[in-house]
Amino acid sequence: MRRLLYLLPFLLFIGVGVAFYLGFERDPRDIPSALIDKPAPTFDLPAIPGQPATGGLSSAKLEGDVTLVNVFASWCIPCKAEHPVITRLSREQGVTVYGINYKDKPEDALTWLSRNGNPYAAIGADQDGRVSIDWGVYGVPESYLIDRKGRIRYKHVGPLTPQVVEEQILPMVKHLRQG
Amino acid sequence: MKRILLAALLALSALSPAITPALAVQPDEVLQDPALESRARAISQELRCLVCQNQSIDDSNAPLARDLRLLVRDRLKAGDSDNKVMEFITDRYGDYVLLRPPFKATTLVLWIGPFAVLLLGAAGTFLFLRGRRGVAAGADTAPLSADERRRLDALLRKDD
Repeated sequence: MRRLLYLLPFLLFIGVGVAFYLGFERDPRDIPSALIDKPAPTFDLPAIPGQPATGGLSSAKLEGDVTLVNVFASWCIPCKAEHPVITRLSREQGVTVYGINYKDKPEDALTWLSRNGNPYAAIGADQDGRVSIDWGVYGVPESYLIDRKGRIRYKHVGPLTPQVVEEQILPMVKHLRQG
Repeated sequence: MKRILLAALLALSALSPAITPALAVQPDEVLQDPALESRARAISQELRCLVCQNQSIDDSNAPLARDLRLLVRDRLKAGDSDNKVMEFITDRYGDYVLLRPPFKATTLVLWIGPFAVLLLGAAGTFLFLRGRRGVAAGADTAPLSADERRRLDALLRKDD
Protein backbone atom coordinates (compact mmCIF):
# COMPACT_ATOMS: atom_id res chain seq x y z
CA MET A 1 0.00 0.00 0.00
CA ARG A 2 2.76 2.37 1.06
CA ARG A 3 4.89 1.42 -1.92
CA LEU A 4 1.93 2.18 -4.17
CA LEU A 5 1.80 5.67 -2.68
CA TYR A 6 5.43 6.25 -3.69
CA LEU A 7 4.58 5.08 -7.21
CA LEU A 8 1.77 7.63 -7.47
CA PRO A 9 3.88 10.62 -8.66
CA PHE A 10 5.51 8.41 -11.27
CA LEU A 11 2.14 7.19 -12.54
CA LEU A 12 0.85 10.77 -12.60
CA PHE A 13 3.89 11.76 -14.61
CA ILE A 14 3.26 8.96 -17.10
CA GLY A 15 -0.40 10.00 -17.38
CA VAL A 16 0.41 13.65 -18.02
CA GLY A 17 3.11 12.61 -20.49
CA VAL A 18 0.66 10.47 -22.46
CA ALA A 19 -1.90 13.32 -22.48
CA PHE A 20 0.68 15.76 -23.84
CA TYR A 21 1.92 13.22 -26.37
CA LEU A 22 -1.60 12.76 -27.70
CA GLY A 23 -1.82 16.55 -27.88
CA PHE A 24 0.93 16.52 -30.50
CA GLU A 25 -1.39 14.58 -32.81
CA ARG A 26 -3.88 17.43 -32.85
CA ASP A 27 -3.60 20.09 -35.49
CA PRO A 28 -3.15 23.42 -33.70
CA ARG A 29 -4.64 25.21 -36.70
CA ASP A 30 -7.90 23.31 -36.35
CA ILE A 31 -9.80 25.56 -33.99
CA PRO A 32 -13.20 24.27 -32.93
CA SER A 33 -15.97 26.40 -34.40
CA ALA A 34 -18.15 28.35 -32.01
CA LEU A 35 -21.02 28.17 -34.47
CA ILE A 36 -21.65 24.43 -34.74
CA ASP A 37 -25.37 23.66 -34.34
CA LYS A 38 -26.17 27.37 -34.36
CA PRO A 39 -28.08 29.16 -37.14
CA ALA A 40 -25.87 30.45 -39.92
CA PRO A 41 -25.31 34.21 -39.57
CA THR A 42 -27.78 36.51 -41.25
CA PHE A 43 -26.18 38.08 -44.28
CA ASP A 44 -26.87 39.35 -47.77
CA LEU A 45 -23.90 39.42 -50.12
CA PRO A 46 -24.05 40.80 -53.67
CA ALA A 47 -22.88 38.77 -56.63
CA ILE A 48 -19.33 39.26 -57.86
CA PRO A 49 -19.54 42.46 -59.94
CA GLY A 50 -19.74 41.38 -63.58
CA GLN A 51 -21.35 38.04 -62.80
CA PRO A 52 -24.97 38.78 -61.92
CA ALA A 53 -26.37 35.62 -63.56
CA THR A 54 -26.64 33.48 -60.40
CA GLY A 55 -27.31 36.39 -58.08
CA GLY A 56 -25.58 36.94 -54.76
CA LEU A 57 -25.81 34.83 -51.63
CA SER A 58 -28.00 35.50 -48.62
CA SER A 59 -28.97 33.49 -45.56
CA ALA A 60 -32.46 32.94 -47.05
CA LYS A 61 -30.95 30.76 -49.78
CA LEU A 62 -29.44 28.40 -47.23
CA GLU A 63 -32.78 27.11 -46.01
CA GLY A 64 -34.71 24.23 -47.56
CA ASP A 65 -31.99 21.77 -48.52
CA VAL A 66 -28.71 20.58 -47.08
CA THR A 67 -26.03 22.80 -48.60
CA LEU A 68 -22.31 23.31 -48.46
CA VAL A 69 -20.97 26.83 -48.13
CA ASN A 70 -17.39 27.14 -49.35
CA VAL A 71 -15.26 30.18 -48.63
CA PHE A 72 -12.70 30.66 -51.39
CA ALA A 73 -10.52 33.21 -53.15
CA SER A 74 -8.59 33.33 -56.40
CA TRP A 75 -5.40 34.21 -54.51
CA CYS A 76 -5.64 31.13 -52.32
CA ILE A 77 -3.56 28.21 -53.59
CA PRO A 78 -5.25 25.42 -51.56
CA CYS A 79 -8.59 26.63 -52.99
CA LYS A 80 -7.38 25.63 -56.41
CA ALA A 81 -6.33 22.24 -55.06
CA GLU A 82 -9.78 21.57 -53.60
CA HIS A 83 -11.63 22.94 -56.63
CA PRO A 84 -11.97 19.57 -58.44
CA VAL A 85 -13.32 18.04 -55.22
CA ILE A 86 -15.91 20.82 -54.86
CA THR A 87 -16.80 20.46 -58.53
CA ARG A 88 -17.40 16.73 -58.18
CA LEU A 89 -19.46 17.30 -55.02
CA SER A 90 -21.68 19.73 -56.89
CA ARG A 91 -21.93 18.08 -60.31
CA GLU A 92 -21.78 14.37 -59.52
CA GLN A 93 -22.53 13.88 -55.86
CA GLY A 94 -25.64 16.04 -55.82
CA VAL A 95 -24.79 18.53 -53.07
CA THR A 96 -25.71 22.17 -53.62
CA VAL A 97 -22.57 24.21 -53.12
CA TYR A 98 -22.62 27.94 -52.47
CA GLY A 99 -19.54 30.10 -52.54
CA ILE A 100 -18.37 33.06 -50.52
CA ASN A 101 -15.66 34.84 -52.44
CA TYR A 102 -13.37 36.15 -49.71
CA LYS A 103 -11.53 39.46 -50.17
CA ASP A 104 -10.99 39.03 -53.85
CA LYS A 105 -10.73 41.43 -56.76
CA PRO A 106 -13.82 40.89 -58.94
CA GLU A 107 -11.84 40.56 -62.16
CA ASP A 108 -9.45 38.05 -60.55
CA ALA A 109 -12.34 36.01 -59.22
CA LEU A 110 -14.10 35.96 -62.60
CA THR A 111 -10.93 34.92 -64.43
CA TRP A 112 -10.33 32.21 -61.87
CA LEU A 113 -13.87 30.86 -62.25
CA SER A 114 -13.80 30.87 -66.04
CA ARG A 115 -10.45 29.09 -66.01
CA ASN A 116 -11.29 26.47 -63.39
CA GLY A 117 -15.03 26.15 -63.87
CA ASN A 118 -17.85 27.36 -61.65
CA PRO A 119 -19.47 24.64 -59.53
CA TYR A 120 -21.27 27.13 -57.27
CA ALA A 121 -25.07 27.52 -57.38
CA ALA A 122 -24.52 31.12 -56.29
CA ILE A 123 -21.60 33.17 -55.08
CA GLY A 124 -21.60 36.08 -52.65
CA ALA A 125 -18.74 38.54 -52.90
CA ASP A 126 -17.38 39.39 -49.46
CA GLN A 127 -14.90 42.07 -50.40
CA ASP A 128 -14.20 43.51 -46.96
CA GLY A 129 -14.42 40.14 -45.20
CA ARG A 130 -16.99 41.28 -42.64
CA VAL A 131 -19.54 38.58 -43.39
CA SER A 132 -16.80 35.96 -43.23
CA ILE A 133 -15.93 37.17 -39.74
CA ASP A 134 -19.57 36.54 -38.81
CA TRP A 135 -19.02 32.99 -40.04
CA GLY A 136 -15.88 32.67 -37.93
CA VAL A 137 -13.63 32.35 -40.96
CA TYR A 138 -9.92 32.65 -40.13
CA GLY A 139 -8.33 31.25 -43.24
CA VAL A 140 -9.44 30.20 -46.68
CA PRO A 141 -10.56 27.71 -47.75
CA GLU A 142 -13.22 26.79 -45.22
CA SER A 143 -16.36 24.78 -45.79
CA TYR A 144 -19.57 24.65 -43.77
CA LEU A 145 -22.40 22.12 -43.99
CA ILE A 146 -25.80 23.74 -43.47
CA ASP A 147 -28.87 21.68 -42.61
CA ARG A 148 -32.35 22.25 -43.99
CA LYS A 149 -33.24 24.70 -41.26
CA GLY A 150 -30.21 26.82 -42.06
CA ARG A 151 -28.09 25.72 -39.10
CA ILE A 152 -24.33 25.13 -39.35
CA ARG A 153 -23.69 21.47 -38.61
CA TYR A 154 -20.11 20.84 -39.64
CA LYS A 155 -17.06 22.90 -40.44
CA HIS A 156 -13.93 21.92 -42.29
CA VAL A 157 -10.87 24.16 -42.24
CA GLY A 158 -8.46 23.83 -45.14
CA PRO A 159 -8.92 22.23 -48.55
CA LEU A 160 -11.54 19.51 -48.91
CA THR A 161 -10.02 16.21 -49.95
CA PRO A 162 -11.81 13.22 -51.53
CA GLN A 163 -11.24 11.43 -48.23
CA VAL A 164 -12.95 14.16 -46.18
CA VAL A 165 -15.85 14.16 -48.64
CA GLU A 166 -16.26 10.36 -48.51
CA GLU A 167 -15.81 9.97 -44.78
CA GLN A 168 -17.37 13.14 -43.38
CA ILE A 169 -19.34 15.26 -45.82
CA LEU A 170 -21.40 12.67 -47.70
CA PRO A 171 -22.46 10.61 -44.63
CA MET A 172 -23.38 13.87 -42.86
CA VAL A 173 -25.38 15.10 -45.88
CA LYS A 174 -27.27 11.80 -45.98
CA HIS A 175 -27.96 11.96 -42.27
CA LEU A 176 -29.11 15.60 -42.39
CA ARG A 177 -31.43 14.98 -45.35
CA GLN A 178 -33.18 12.27 -43.38
CA GLY A 179 -33.47 14.34 -40.23
CA MET B 1 36.23 47.13 -24.99
CA LYS B 2 34.22 43.96 -25.36
CA ARG B 3 32.67 44.56 -21.98
CA ILE B 4 31.58 48.08 -22.86
CA LEU B 5 30.02 46.83 -26.06
CA LEU B 6 28.19 44.11 -24.19
CA ALA B 7 26.93 46.56 -21.61
CA ALA B 8 25.74 48.90 -24.34
CA LEU B 9 23.92 46.05 -26.07
CA LEU B 10 22.30 44.96 -22.85
CA ALA B 11 21.18 48.49 -22.09
CA LEU B 12 19.73 48.80 -25.58
CA SER B 13 17.88 45.51 -25.34
CA ALA B 14 16.42 46.55 -21.99
CA LEU B 15 15.17 49.75 -23.56
CA SER B 16 13.83 48.23 -26.75
CA PRO B 17 10.31 47.36 -25.58
CA ALA B 18 9.89 51.00 -24.63
CA ILE B 19 11.27 52.45 -27.82
CA THR B 20 9.68 50.15 -30.41
CA PRO B 21 6.29 51.53 -31.38
CA ALA B 22 3.31 49.24 -31.98
CA LEU B 23 3.92 48.50 -35.62
CA ALA B 24 0.81 46.43 -36.22
CA VAL B 25 -1.76 49.15 -35.61
CA GLN B 26 -1.74 51.37 -38.70
CA PRO B 27 -2.33 55.13 -38.40
CA ASP B 28 -5.51 54.90 -40.46
CA GLU B 29 -7.02 52.51 -37.91
CA VAL B 30 -6.59 54.79 -34.92
CA LEU B 31 -9.77 56.34 -33.58
CA GLN B 32 -10.15 60.09 -33.13
CA ASP B 33 -11.36 59.77 -29.57
CA PRO B 34 -8.32 58.87 -27.41
CA ALA B 35 -10.47 57.31 -24.67
CA LEU B 36 -12.15 55.01 -27.19
CA GLU B 37 -8.81 54.24 -28.82
CA SER B 38 -7.22 53.21 -25.52
CA ARG B 39 -10.18 50.92 -24.84
CA ALA B 40 -9.77 49.46 -28.31
CA ARG B 41 -6.07 48.84 -27.66
CA ALA B 42 -6.84 47.16 -24.33
CA ILE B 43 -9.42 44.87 -25.93
CA SER B 44 -7.16 44.08 -28.89
CA GLN B 45 -4.43 42.99 -26.49
CA GLU B 46 -6.78 40.40 -24.99
CA LEU B 47 -7.76 38.86 -28.31
CA ARG B 48 -5.74 36.17 -30.02
CA CYS B 49 -4.88 36.47 -33.68
CA LEU B 50 -6.30 33.33 -35.28
CA VAL B 51 -3.73 33.27 -38.05
CA CYS B 52 -0.55 33.58 -35.97
CA GLN B 53 -2.11 32.15 -32.80
CA ASN B 54 0.44 33.31 -30.24
CA GLN B 55 0.11 37.01 -30.91
CA SER B 56 -2.71 39.28 -29.94
CA ILE B 57 -4.52 41.06 -32.75
CA ASP B 58 -2.92 44.23 -31.42
CA ASP B 59 0.55 42.83 -32.22
CA SER B 60 -0.21 41.00 -35.41
CA ASN B 61 0.27 42.17 -38.96
CA ALA B 62 -2.05 39.51 -40.40
CA PRO B 63 -4.87 40.93 -42.55
CA LEU B 64 -7.48 39.15 -40.43
CA ALA B 65 -6.03 40.75 -37.28
CA ARG B 66 -6.40 44.14 -38.92
CA ASP B 67 -10.00 43.36 -39.86
CA LEU B 68 -10.72 42.35 -36.28
CA ARG B 69 -9.07 45.51 -34.92
CA LEU B 70 -11.28 47.59 -37.20
CA LEU B 71 -14.29 45.56 -36.12
CA VAL B 72 -13.50 46.14 -32.44
CA ARG B 73 -13.25 49.88 -33.12
CA ASP B 74 -16.52 49.87 -35.08
CA ARG B 75 -18.31 48.14 -32.20
CA LEU B 76 -16.89 50.67 -29.72
CA LYS B 77 -17.96 53.55 -31.91
CA ALA B 78 -21.43 52.04 -32.07
CA GLY B 79 -21.48 52.34 -28.27
CA ASP B 80 -20.81 48.76 -27.17
CA SER B 81 -19.29 48.14 -23.75
CA ASP B 82 -15.92 46.35 -23.56
CA ASN B 83 -17.65 43.13 -22.52
CA LYS B 84 -20.12 43.42 -25.37
CA VAL B 85 -17.27 43.71 -27.85
CA MET B 86 -15.49 40.66 -26.41
CA GLU B 87 -18.77 38.76 -26.56
CA PHE B 88 -19.24 39.78 -30.17
CA ILE B 89 -15.90 38.24 -31.09
CA THR B 90 -16.24 35.09 -28.96
CA ASP B 91 -19.71 34.46 -30.42
CA ARG B 92 -17.97 34.03 -33.76
CA TYR B 93 -14.62 32.52 -32.87
CA GLY B 94 -15.24 30.87 -29.51
CA ASP B 95 -13.29 31.14 -26.25
CA TYR B 96 -10.19 30.23 -28.19
CA VAL B 97 -9.66 33.87 -29.16
CA LEU B 98 -9.38 34.95 -25.55
CA LEU B 99 -5.72 35.06 -24.53
CA ARG B 100 -6.89 34.73 -20.93
CA PRO B 101 -9.19 31.71 -20.84
CA PRO B 102 -12.39 32.22 -18.82
CA PHE B 103 -13.02 30.27 -15.63
CA LYS B 104 -15.74 27.71 -16.34
CA ALA B 105 -16.52 23.99 -16.24
CA THR B 106 -14.54 23.12 -19.38
CA THR B 107 -11.45 25.04 -18.23
CA LEU B 108 -11.52 23.81 -14.63
CA VAL B 109 -8.51 21.50 -15.08
CA LEU B 110 -6.56 24.36 -16.61
CA TRP B 111 -7.17 26.71 -13.69
CA ILE B 112 -7.31 24.26 -10.77
CA GLY B 113 -4.76 21.73 -12.07
CA PRO B 114 -1.54 23.43 -10.98
CA PHE B 115 -2.90 24.14 -7.50
CA ALA B 116 -4.14 20.56 -7.19
CA VAL B 117 -0.67 19.25 -8.11
CA LEU B 118 0.94 21.65 -5.64
CA LEU B 119 -1.43 20.51 -2.91
CA LEU B 120 -0.74 16.88 -3.73
CA GLY B 121 2.99 17.53 -3.53
CA ALA B 122 2.63 19.35 -0.22
CA ALA B 123 0.53 16.52 1.21
CA GLY B 124 3.09 13.98 0.01
CA THR B 125 5.98 15.93 1.53
CA PHE B 126 4.10 16.35 4.81
CA LEU B 127 3.36 12.62 5.05
CA PHE B 128 6.95 11.73 4.16
CA LEU B 129 8.45 14.11 6.71
CA ARG B 130 6.07 13.01 9.44
CA GLY B 131 6.97 9.40 8.74
CA ARG B 132 10.67 10.21 9.05
CA ARG B 133 10.23 12.12 12.27
CA GLY B 134 8.47 9.06 13.66
CA VAL B 135 11.61 7.01 12.91
CA ALA B 136 13.88 9.62 14.45
CA ALA B 137 11.77 9.76 17.62
CA GLY B 138 12.59 6.10 18.14
CA ALA B 139 9.37 4.44 17.14
CA ASP B 140 11.30 1.66 15.43
CA THR B 141 14.54 1.69 17.43
CA ALA B 142 15.19 -0.06 20.70
CA PRO B 143 16.09 2.17 23.68
CA LEU B 144 19.74 2.28 24.77
CA SER B 145 20.89 -0.53 26.98
CA ALA B 146 22.48 0.33 30.37
CA ASP B 147 25.93 -0.40 28.95
CA GLU B 148 25.39 1.87 25.91
CA ARG B 149 24.08 4.65 28.13
CA ARG B 150 27.26 4.47 30.29
CA ARG B 151 29.52 4.67 27.23
CA LEU B 152 27.59 7.58 25.84
CA ASP B 153 27.81 9.48 29.13
CA ALA B 154 31.57 8.82 29.24
CA LEU B 155 32.01 10.20 25.71
CA LEU B 156 29.96 13.29 26.47
CA ARG B 157 31.91 13.99 29.65
CA LYS B 158 35.24 13.78 27.79
CA ASP B 159 34.46 16.96 25.89
CA ASP B 160 34.23 19.13 28.96
